[in-house]
Amino acid sequence: MIPTQFDYIAPATLDEAIQLLADNAYDAKLLAGGHSLIPAMKLRLAQPAMLIDIGRIKDLAYIREEGGQILIGAMTTHYQLESSERLKEICPLLPETAGHIGDAQVRNKGTIGGSLAHSDPAADWPATVIALNGEIVATGKNGERTIKADDFFVDMLTTALEPVEILREIRVPLVQGRAGQAYTKVPHPASGFAVVGVAVNLSLGADDVCQSASVGITGAAVKAYRARGVENALNGNRIDEALAQTASAHAADGVDLNGDLYASADYRRHLVEVYTRRAILKAFAQAK
Amino acid sequence: MSRKPKQKAHIEFTLNGETAEVAFAPHKTLLEVLREDLNLTGTKHGCELGECGTCTVLVDRKPILSCLMLGLDVEGREVTTVEGMNEGAQLHPLQETFADTGAAQCGYCTPGFLLVAKELLTKNPNPTREEIKEALSGNLCRCTGYIKIYEAVELAAAKMRGESVELPKESVYGYE
Repeated sequence: MIPTQFDYIAPATLDEAIQLLADNAYDAKLLAGGHSLIPAMKLRLAQPAMLIDIGRIKDLAYIREEGGQILIGAMTTHYQLESSERLKEICPLLPETAGHIGDAQVRNKGTIGGSLAHSDPAADWPATVIALNGEIVATGKNGERTIKADDFFVDMLTTALEPVEILREIRVPLVQGRAGQAYTKVPHPASGFAVVGVAVNLSLGADDVCQSASVGITGAAVKAYRARGVENALNGNRIDEALAQTASAHAADGVDLNGDLYASADYRRHLVEVYTRRAILKAFAQAK
Repeated sequence: MSRKPKQKAHIEFTLNGETAEVAFAPHKTLLEVLREDLNLTGTKHGCELGECGTCTVLVDRKPILSCLMLGLDVEGREVTTVEGMNEGAQLHPLQETFADTGAAQCGYCTPGFLLVAKELLTKNPNPTREEIKEALSGNLCRCTGYIKIYEAVELAAAKMRGESVELPKESVYGYE
């Protein structure tokens, strides 16, 4: 499997990359870890005339805390997120999700920014970034803007990024007070991608009453989505097994589910409900 | 550093402890550069899409898939392939135990397994069976059923810790 020919440029700075992309927006693709783009190029689903490798730009891989937020550089690898001791303390959903991605080799090279920008409907990060109420920082020739995770995923393999924009950073609010987070997943046995993946982020008050629930679901539809029906059913109520059961029945409300050789749409609906219930209870157990 | 190769890219990197210089078409993956331009055919083509792990090499001491990394991307980095595992005439303990236990049958997946296991034992000299399974979960083997591979890694780990170990009887003769 050999990709079509392309020009390759590895800019040393973000400004250079922005300029290159501005000049070649419709011919060029950005190369991050390459674990989505290179397979697509080998299959000739993508045939960019130019690759702009942002892997040589200094300081695009970092995990920082600033102004009540966790800031994650686009080129941060899944492994860096999985192995961050600090994240395990302050936002365990990030390392937990990272650990579910592919295998060790994939996690050593694949990046969170690349995964989000590719927006594979079965990727793990979109569910988690939605559940964490994250924001995507996009930068380009027209300046910088932040996009809410809810608005970022537009359709299958399509995001709100403009052709001249580079995904620079992911921002996630730091959780205050008593909270519980969990990711549950049915991995496809061959690819490891999510047949269904559910990320739950709960904030709890006294007596186990849910103050705010945030639920992101991936793998099930053309894009990752927020399960508002589940959130509404949880908010303001005391969490227990019965509530998790009734709330998770709303996990696929209003969503057109994917069906494929491995899992029909009906089976996916079942999986989404079961794995949402499990994720709620797992997150709840974490908060204790 | 910015460049735009017209025909062949030219890079320098560290390969199995030595400086390597190589020129190749820019669209080539590291796997193709290693095999076709540097004649190191120990690293194997498998699925070509990042599923099977058979093309694994170490880049800056981490296992990565050479089929999904451009050759251009290793400029200035440090690459270890299976050809760089032995110390002179001395095989790496993993290579010995893979041979002794029959962890290599057809041998096609073996270079990938060896390199991932090498990195695991560097990080964790005394891994549990579960940790070995997790570390090797990105590598597929269609011959062994994996048990021999896990045993070979455990055996090599023990050897490297300086413990004297014997192969379990059923591992040599099978179950009665």
